[in-house]
Amino acid sequence: MNRRVVITGTGLYSCLGVGLDAVRESLYKGKSGIVFDKVRKEMGFRSALTGYVPEPDLTKALHRRQRVGLSEEAKYAYVATVEAMQQAALDIDYFDKNIAGILYGNDSSAKAVIESIDVVREKKDTTLLGSGSIFQSMNCTVTMNLSTIFKLKGINFTISAACASGSHSIGLGYLLIKMGLQDMVVCGGAQEINPESMTSFDGLSAFSIRESDPTKASRPFDKDRDGLIPSGGAATLIIESLESAQKRGAKILGEIIGYGFSSNGEHISNPNVEGQVRSLDMAIKQAGIQTKDVDYINAHATSTPIGDKFEAQALYQFFGDHTPVSSTKSMTGHECWMAGASEIIYSLLMMHNDFIAPNINFENPDEDSAKLDIVATTREAKIDCFLSNSFGFGGTNSTLIIKKFAP
Amino acid sequence: MTKQEVADIINGFLVDEFEVDAASITPDAPLKETLDLDSLDYVDLVVVIENNFGVKLTGDDFKSINTFDEFYNFIIDKVSKK
Repeated sequence: MNRRVVITGTGLYSCLGVGLDAVRESLYKGKSGIVFDKVRKEMGFRSALTGYVPEPDLTKALHRRQRVGLSEEAKYAYVATVEAMQQAALDIDYFDKNIAGILYGNDSSAKAVIESIDVVREKKDTTLLGSGSIFQSMNCTVTMNLSTIFKLKGINFTISAACASGSHSIGLGYLLIKMGLQDMVVCGGAQEINPESMTSFDGLSAFSIRESDPTKASRPFDKDRDGLIPSGGAATLIIESLESAQKRGAKILGEIIGYGFSSNGEHISNPNVEGQVRSLDMAIKQAGIQTKDVDYINAHATSTPIGDKFEAQALYQFFGDHTPVSSTKSMTGHECWMAGASEIIYSLLMMHNDFIAPNINFENPDEDSAKLDIVATTREAKIDCFLSNSFGFGGTNSTLIIKKFAP
Repeated sequence: MTKQEVADIINGFLVDEFEVDAASITPDAPLKETLDLDSLDYVDLVVVIENNFGVKLTGDDFKSINTFDEFYNFIIDKVSKK
């Protein structure tokens, strides 16, 4: 079976704004969501920079039993999923009466784990942790909770693939629908934003220390980049077979036409060009298009010296110099487990509003980025097809290609 | 601690944290039916009692408690033996 797979709902809980309209506005204006968090400095962080989202208050939306198991990132995912369901014209009753699955990217629930261990160390009694601790602490906190709340009855598990988690969740959902094994899957990625979750990452000296100017600190592809900025929130996409969408009369936001993946099989934290090119090549071949058909590339580029260098080399090797490229992480920071999903939604917003969001803070190229068409300021452009890269620790690579829907 | 103080604290967290309707809490009302708690909720009840009174209950303790009045008395007894 080889079914067409379309996107019919998107939802965001992002440092660029509340709701899709606000995020579209931020993307167009090149607005940064990065702040200085003094708590991190007090904790001994090398860098106090972070993207910021407030923790949502769900007391009116959910009853106690539904809330107690929600980790911070699961709360973000809940809000993003409600928005995606609204856009897709879906409700819990639909999920209760049909078979829809959930595949969501998440690779930590550090705060919940730390808090539970703090209680046990203080009280020396595990029965005083409360019932929510286990459901908050497991990596599958998002899929466990959302599948229960929304009465999802299809496939149900979490994808843990570092900073490519969100992208792989969409790719795997796409494959299941394409093969005829599912009609609809709730996909996405969630990322906790608390300091505790980022201590070890900060300890690798991976973060930018341009603390005097937070909104200028994330500068993918720029010659003077000095590291990434952690960020978070959640992004949800409802994807389904074309038949399912048409039967429901749903508005189609885009069609997923290619999913490439690869593993570098080399260094645990350093990327390589060959692995990325294999992922790009698989996606392009699967989509049945040529590189010239891609109108925009949403790069993974996180603003680290080595990561952006390798991606620029891979993109130049594969696409040459003619395809516009930007990294929305210049505005959002690195949304890690969420990024691969949120960046598909950011790119969809560009596709539907005829612009390419800027790679802000790209002031001077280095020898590799100079060979690419990096979009430094907002560009009016028709996008019929875009490609999004996501790479993660351990050398996991994911590439998605989305096309404007044409019956 | 007076019985009224104990009752106020218990009723307070049942209403605020367990979202129990305040009007349904009377001394003679049946505890299990009124609270409509599942097995996971009892785990949380143990935690909130420990936090408020410094005494530790087990799931088995609730088996002998039928009404709110008995619940208050049970806690008073536990606290007095601390």
